[in-house]
Amino acid sequence: MPYRLELTGITKRFPGVLANDNVSFAVKPGEIHALLGENGAGKSTLVKMIYGIMQPDAGEIAWDGQVVNVTNPKAARKLGIGMVFQHFSLFEALSVLENIALGMDAKIPARELEARIREVMNTYGLLLDPHRTVATLSVGERQRIEIVRALLLDPKLLIMDEPTSVLTPQEVEQLFDVLRKLAAQGCSILYISHKLHEIKALCDTATILRGGKLVDTCDPRQETSRSMAEKMIGAGLKDIVRQPGRSMGKPKLVVSRLSTRKTGHFDVPVDDVSFTVRAGEIFGIAGVAGNGQNALLDALSGEIIGDDKDAVTIDGYPLGLLGTTGRRKHGLCAVPEERNGHAAIGDFSLSDNSVLTARDRLGMVMLGLINSGAAKTYTGKVIADFAVKALGPGSTAGSLSGGNLQKYIMGREILQKPSVLVVSQPTWGVDAGAAAAIHQALVDLAAAGSAIVVISQDLDELLALCDMLAVINLGHLSPARPVDGVSVEEIGLLMGGVHGTMEGADAVPA
Amino acid sequence: MTPELIIAIIVTVVGASTPILIAATGELVVEKAGVLNLGVEGMMLVGAIAAFITLFLTGNHYLAIALAAAAGVATSLIFGFLTLSLSANQTATGLALTIFGTGFSALAGQGYSARPVTLLGPLFPAEIATHPVWRVLFGYSALVYFSLAMVIAVWWFLKKTRAGLILRAVGENDLSAHSIGYSVVGVRYAAVAFGGAMAGIAGACFPLLLTPQWAERMTAGRGWIAVALVVFASWKPFRLLAGAYLFGLVMTMELYAKAGGGPLSVIPSELWAALPYLVTIAVLVLISIRRDASSNAPACLGRPFLPSN
Repeated sequence: MPYRLELTGITKRFPGVLANDNVSFAVKPGEIHALLGENGAGKSTLVKMIYGIMQPDAGEIAWDGQVVNVTNPKAARKLGIGMVFQHFSLFEALSVLENIALGMDAKIPARELEARIREVMNTYGLLLDPHRTVATLSVGERQRIEIVRALLLDPKLLIMDEPTSVLTPQEVEQLFDVLRKLAAQGCSILYISHKLHEIKALCDTATILRGGKLVDTCDPRQETSRSMAEKMIGAGLKDIVRQPGRSMGKPKLVVSRLSTRKTGHFDVPVDDVSFTVRAGEIFGIAGVAGNGQNALLDALSGEIIGDDKDAVTIDGYPLGLLGTTGRRKHGLCAVPEERNGHAAIGDFSLSDNSVLTARDRLGMVMLGLINSGAAKTYTGKVIADFAVKALGPGSTAGSLSGGNLQKYIMGREILQKPSVLVVSQPTWGVDAGAAAAIHQALVDLAAAGSAIVVISQDLDELLALCDMLAVINLGHLSPARPVDGVSVEEIGLLMGGVHGTMEGADAVPA
Repeated sequence: MTPELIIAIIVTVVGASTPILIAATGELVVEKAGVLNLGVEGMMLVGAIAAFITLFLTGNHYLAIALAAAAGVATSLIFGFLTLSLSANQTATGLALTIFGTGFSALAGQGYSARPVTLLGPLFPAEIATHPVWRVLFGYSALVYFSLAMVIAVWWFLKKTRAGLILRAVGENDLSAHSIGYSVVGVRYAAVAFGGAMAGIAGACFPLLLTPQWAERMTAGRGWIAVALVVFASWKPFRLLAGAYLFGLVMTMELYAKAGGGPLSVIPSELWAALPYLVTIAVLVLISIRRDASSNAPACLGRPFLPSN
């Protein structure tokens, strides 16, 4: 039997980057094949060429043994290639049905399409109301639309680009069931991810890319997560080093009954959130995206100012009525999720970006004049300490890759030695080596006596990093409990909105 | 108020509203595709002078309408090329288009002012078109019926057809539409050209329907009202219809106030003249306060389309 898909010598060059360098691998019918690699390893570019969004500069793609030229996504779908994107290509203001109709190449009457949609949903247990507006759906439900859309075309190869990054553990299991069912019927699956335990649980074969080159094709069940991670980053993986005999200090950041108002149509405010972070403690907040994390970060950083001065206090000092500048002066620094445009200004130099958040704490402004020497020196230190790949303090923030910009932003805040640091998605889009460095810096900052709040969707990260863990769901925060005694299943249930299971005997009142 | 007066008012209101309605219907489609073309006023003026010159030279009203539409399309394609092909800022380009249209129409219209033409007559036979009662339904020119038909057609197109769905999708999320494989720029060019044709025809209404001569800037800001009307109607065609007739009513009040007599002249006619614009501002303020209404706006409105690959 010929391979379902076979790539030979695929090469793609962008200005200044070789995104794919002579990549060759093959996918068998009914195989679940992982494409594994760091951010920037060239996975997305590769699948974009398979799906016809881009054309390779060299090399060929064979489909069922025939060399094909996939000129556009329509041609790919005609061959039987379906794709579920990492960033959903959905239209929020349109209904589920309209969204699916847009993805179909043939014109199908609405009623017939609805019948077919219901059939696919029932076969695979993907439940959705076709007439709901997408804006009202959860991220997991939105992903189901994408999957249904792809399945309606009876694909022979389904490409899934980082499908689980936005799902709860339970939703991940449901997704895996669907994928296994599909594979059993002979549909090949190309599964892109950097989550190794998922690949071990799901995939038959793994192709590992690094820096655009194919490093290895292996059987993930024969490998350990560590061995695959090391192939992925091409070096030994560092563990987080914690100083032994650490003890927590007094309560430092105390948040009590913090609420925000609903501002936008699809905005989720935080509702009556209380928690305490002690000196030296890392406090994790888990949750599926869009459950009030942004509002929580803004309410803590001072971008949203409430009317209760005691809603946020550091060492008993009320910060509730202060804005970001006032809170920074009192030692509370924050890193929002959106790097470009929120945490940093893309058109500004790194040096100027440092002035924006560090000016008061590090004396970069005297009598209204910027001390550019101090800003440059500090930025240079951030670049050196956090191994930021940038030409120097004069490079614009927008010229850095996402991961490097994140390293710079984390470094800019951590080196200010804040007494409280609030970060959202500290390692989102950062490669494993850099993520380990950021984690280590956070642990070191806590060891020096700071209180740290980490808001993240990555449970592995939170479990590795944090001392205490709470879950945010629809703006409510669950009671916090020590990470040591917590199971992934419980957290998953809380993330999905099942309350009450964590209020057991060992829950710590927040 | 006598029934005759009411009928007379309705007939005047419908006439005054028609250019606004036609231009706004076109702009609604443009905005649904995610493009904000503020050059409606300019395109209308180009349409008006094209219609006037054609009519003056040939005496054929329908040829005048056709050439006005063509002139509107040509003008809109300048906007399309700058904003869609070159990704220029839509707001600035739209404003520039209005300035261009104003100047160009004045230049082209030199020597044509104070030369009379004939208005476009009613579509239906005189017996029914001039009937004291039935003229309220059948006494209008083809342009009026065209404007009503276009409202229904645009509603049907956007709501019921696949092409309309694609157009809405492009305005809602251009990057997604692109990644599925639709031509965002192509759809937007088509929408902008349609908006241009409609603005051109709306401009033709002035010499053909309202005042049978050419005067510089004779559209008198109605293009701006059309743009505001689209927001006022929350991008819904039938609300557009109601809004256009409301504006038409206010503008007609001005005429009656100017003519003097009656309770309307208590308020100075200048204030009546300003009223449509004041209503426009008030409506825009109200809509900004009521966020739910503005959330109906196409999500990509006014944003240039910059695909990453």
